[in-house]
Amino acid sequence: MATAAWPEKKDRSLIGKSITRQDGPVKATGRAKYSFDMNPKGLLWAKPATSPHAHAKLVSIDTAKAEALPGVKGVWKDTDLIGEEVRYIGQIIACVAAESEEIATEAAAIVEAKYEVLEHQVIDNDIKFATGRASEQEVGKVADGFKEADVIIEGDYGVPVITHCCMEPHGQVTEVRGGELYSWPSTQNVSRWADRLDDAVGIERAKMHVDCQYMGGGFGSKFSFDKWGIIGTLLSKQTGRPVKLLLDRDLELSIAGNRPSGYTHIKLGLKNDGTITGFEGSVWGTGGGGGYRLRAFPYVFEPKNRKTTMKGIRTNRGGQRAWRAPSHPQTCLLTFSALEDAAAKLGIDAAAFYKKNLNLTARPDVYAEELDIAMKMIGYAKKAHLRTKLDAGPVKRGLGIAMHTWGGLGHASECRVTINPDGSVKAEIGTQDLGTGARTVVSIIAAETLGLPLEAIDTKIGKNAYPASGGSGGSTTTGGISVSTRMAATDALNELLGIAATKLGVAADKLEAKGGRIREIGNAAKSMSWTDACKMLRTGSISKTGANNRTEAQKAGLIDAGVGGVQIADVSVDVETGVVTLIEMVAVQDCGLIIDMKTCESQVYGGVIMGITSALFEEALYDAATGRMLNADMEFYRIAGIKDVGKLKVHMMTGEKYEKRGIIGVGEPPVIAPAAAISNAVANAIGVRVPYLPLTPDHVLDALA
Amino acid sequence: MKSFEYATPRTVDEAVEQLADKWGETEVLAGGTDLVTCLKQGLTAPTRVVSLKAVKGLKGISSAKGALTIGAMTTMGELADHADVQKHFPALATAAKNIASPQLLSTGTVGGDLCQRPRCWYYRNGYGLLAQKDGKSLVTGGDNRYHAIFGNSGKAKFVSASSLGPALIALGATIKTSAREIAADKFFQTPKTENERETVLKPNEIITAIIVPVNGAKNATYEIRHRQGLDWPYVTASVAKTNGGTKIVLGHVAPTPVVVTGNDPAAGAKPLSGNAYKVKMVKTAVKRALAAASNGAKN
Amino acid sequence: MTADENTNMQGKGLSRRGFLKGVGAGGAVATIATGCSTIDRDGAVSLTPRGPEETSITLNLNGRRRKLKVEPRVTLLDALRNRLDLTGAKKVCDRGTCGACTVLVDGEPAYSCSMLAVEAVGRKITTIEGLGTPEKMNAVQKAFVENDAQQCGFCTPGFVVACTAVLTKNPDATLEEAQAGCGGNLCRCGTYVGMNQALMDAAKELKGGA
Repeated sequence: MATAAWPEKKDRSLIGKSITRQDGPVKATGRAKYSFDMNPKGLLWAKPATSPHAHAKLVSIDTAKAEALPGVKGVWKDTDLIGEEVRYIGQIIACVAAESEEIATEAAAIVEAKYEVLEHQVIDNDIKFATGRASEQEVGKVADGFKEADVIIEGDYGVPVITHCCMEPHGQVTEVRGGELYSWPSTQNVSRWADRLDDAVGIERAKMHVDCQYMGGGFGSKFSFDKWGIIGTLLSKQTGRPVKLLLDRDLELSIAGNRPSGYTHIKLGLKNDGTITGFEGSVWGTGGGGGYRLRAFPYVFEPKNRKTTMKGIRTNRGGQRAWRAPSHPQTCLLTFSALEDAAAKLGIDAAAFYKKNLNLTARPDVYAEELDIAMKMIGYAKKAHLRTKLDAGPVKRGLGIAMHTWGGLGHASECRVTINPDGSVKAEIGTQDLGTGARTVVSIIAAETLGLPLEAIDTKIGKNAYPASGGSGGSTTTGGISVSTRMAATDALNELLGIAATKLGVAADKLEAKGGRIREIGNAAKSMSWTDACKMLRTGSISKTGANNRTEAQKAGLIDAGVGGVQIADVSVDVETGVVTLIEMVAVQDCGLIIDMKTCESQVYGGVIMGITSALFEEALYDAATGRMLNADMEFYRIAGIKDVGKLKVHMMTGEKYEKRGIIGVGEPPVIAPAAAISNAVANAIGVRVPYLPLTPDHVLDALA
Repeated sequence: MKSFEYATPRTVDEAVEQLADKWGETEVLAGGTDLVTCLKQGLTAPTRVVSLKAVKGLKGISSAKGALTIGAMTTMGELADHADVQKHFPALATAAKNIASPQLLSTGTVGGDLCQRPRCWYYRNGYGLLAQKDGKSLVTGGDNRYHAIFGNSGKAKFVSASSLGPALIALGATIKTSAREIAADKFFQTPKTENERETVLKPNEIITAIIVPVNGAKNATYEIRHRQGLDWPYVTASVAKTNGGTKIVLGHVAPTPVVVTGNDPAAGAKPLSGNAYKVKMVKTAVKRALAAASNGAKN
Repeated sequence: MTADENTNMQGKGLSRRGFLKGVGAGGAVATIATGCSTIDRDGAVSLTPRGPEETSITLNLNGRRRKLKVEPRVTLLDALRNRLDLTGAKKVCDRGTCGACTVLVDGEPAYSCSMLAVEAVGRKITTIEGLGTPEKMNAVQKAFVENDAQQCGFCTPGFVVACTAVLTKNPDATLEEAQAGCGGNLCRCGTYVGMNQALMDAAKELKGGA
């Protein structure tokens, strides 16, 4: 009898190996059809008309001119918004559908609207704009912490608003046909994308068919149908034709989600030997017009006596959304900048300082082990220097360290595995592959469980017609889909083993599936091929649905939560130009049992690179006078190119100690620490802190001036 | 983007005939790398676009009479890779190569580089070339980190986007057009109204070639840039040293390239609220360009 | 030029005929005014301006001649994606910055978002679809797959085309030279580490050393 427990290392044929993602070839050859690529027959293009004012009362919308343009087939107006306030530039007020993209664009531009312009506010880095009461939290008594201290060290730091900048913009192709909705959204939440869309468009939930085979990045911003999902559906209903509505880049960057900013003033109490005794930090920032709260502050190191206050600034900007590891990159930068500044002021080596205070972290042993590995990888002993000992000449080198933590418990998920009489196997699951390798993970688990080669599994994902699986957020997918697939495959296999048992004359619980055969455990002589076993099914397939019950699965050691990571950056800074160059970065990461080493490492490299990008380049720049995001393009909203990221090395923690915990997600954690590590390295190199990200030449020169 | 008609003249005369004498009624399409973007952004809405792709005689680099003649439709990649350019004018080759995008190098043209519109984000976001609102400059009170530190006392605060301009001026080049020859240092102008552009070209005048004298000048270009791939430099310095003296020209610091006259290249800089850092960059770029020119081979 | 086209132009303030009169030039005007066009069979060169309405063009696309109708304002990218269903080239920045729309024009990489479809007439256009199939990938595609140089995959076709261009031209490229071939492309998922290895592996295979 097969059990759901993960196989011992010696018994794993696929799990933990470096396996090439299965959809690689269709992607690399341009054959993968993303939502943006869907061109059903009769397709209309939709383009939104948007508010040019950051804050105004919408008085009227007039689409007559747009409708008169030849080729325009449908118009939608946000009549509910008339008389109400628009709250940011780019807010959608109407939309036109036309025979071509060019006509739709031209028509959207001539939608006329009248506004009563109101005062706007987009500045987020000055606490004087904060509104409402501060939320305050005190653990222990911060006053006691400071009383114990030999020195008090204070500093100001900040992280600006950045955007997701998904390569494929938000949006979808929708077709309402025969009262049913067929939708191809770019989403990270296939099974639940359409939830609550029914009321808005007047189509029953059961009649909504969602299909997303490939999607061009989400990073936390693509869970729901959004306003454009409603508009696209209504325009399709209105015109009787399929409608493509994907955001142009400026809207993608300014209205489809962003990561809230975080600015802080931190006060640290320390003993002369580096022991942290107290922490007080106030944080402010904006996530647009809504509420504001950064979690996990202070970060990783939690002094017994600590106090934090938080205040939000409501701005007339597009609203925040979950951005890969929500809150953590910001609080990591804010905390670790203060920590390393404190170490520098005390004249203590940064690594020694962290080691001294590891008792303030949740997992001292893991961080200690990871820190040692990271130090070895970067050559810390040779390269490290105190901040007071700067290189001669204009180009100066420095090292910086940061650490992170994340949960990553697998989400709720169901999967159906079917074994057919011809020996074929299908795994169906309503998950999605954001590029994480989810599709391949399902195949690996099913193949491993059934003792088959990877190619034997026909894995079907990306439709809400399949058993429901959670949205891909919070590093929960690999754990979720692995367990549900494992459960389903194990159940299906056990039924097959029962059938094979009679033929082989061996009790079912003495049988196993290995190498394409059903055999007696430890006796290859008593066996039959997988296909022969399946032939005994005659006409009836075995179809089993398995689920990830999170609590039980965690108890059973199939999944777990809580990882740590240590990253060290080695940078050079040209103090005559302000240019920061990342020379090398190492990332040490644990994530429990690894399913596919290749795509797992890719996730970590990808996270590190995204973190590097936020450290060096990213900032959503808003203009106070006009209220506009000035760099809603990819020219001045810079992301790193291939030559900008230096030499990167990832080390995954493996071995019994980590693997026995089961699977833990790894999508978010590696993105958290890079900015803090790089900022610390820059401070180590030039002797002064560049207090605000990104570490652009202008910011560096201003800090040096 | 508004619709327009598309003309493909085969001679310079035909091209000029297809052009209106008012800016914006027609536009010249060379490589298209800037114009197509401007059309999409609605910065210009011509009724006709005149492509120079089929015009004979505008492409290629030839050497004669102590000068290199570069056809206006020569691509930036062809310029960067040309042996004579690399040998005589490293200042030009570097400026072109630093564009760093093979796609732009293969498409963007020398003439197009000189005529491309500024990247000022107020301009690109539809607030006009001079970015005025209620009689005030949006740039002065706004985010001007990439704006001018020289020549910014008038309404124009943007910086010239040309990559080749500073090097061509330093090298004493001449711009040949359908109507005349213009010294490179007289080619750029600072517009005073929305109806003017950043060069002295007339709306129905096209660049045909650039003539660069081979006079033994040691020359180099140094750019301060952040991203190693396609990006705009913060500051550029192009220098050319001859027995007659050293010519230093700055890019991306003013509405036109700036010729340095005194000993201190940053003298006279008037930073706006957010770009004082460029002063230091100017000094660094000039110092490093001069060093590169001294180390480089004589042309 | 048909009478209809003439009429269509009237309301625009700059009628084709009136405008050319305004310019007051010689020979070309006569040709145009009499309606003698010299459009070659692909629609490449014409003394008569084309459009603004849809005009017929033929593209040399992945070794095949493809006829289509486009307005002059239609970019090559939009012609490929929206009119020919060649969706391998992606629309991301749409401003000639990110490289997701990269195609080869006469063997050189170019941003198809920044080129008008009518400009592509007479040029040899190769898109990602022309470089390989999932069953028969080219060296770069194979190396991208093997080294996991892609995650969401949306930027991948553009990178593959750019890498193919640089390595075809110079299979002896050093890593730095090969990377320079990607200087006009951007990836958001962060696949550059796999890409570096892919560049070196593909170069090796192209040199016959694989």
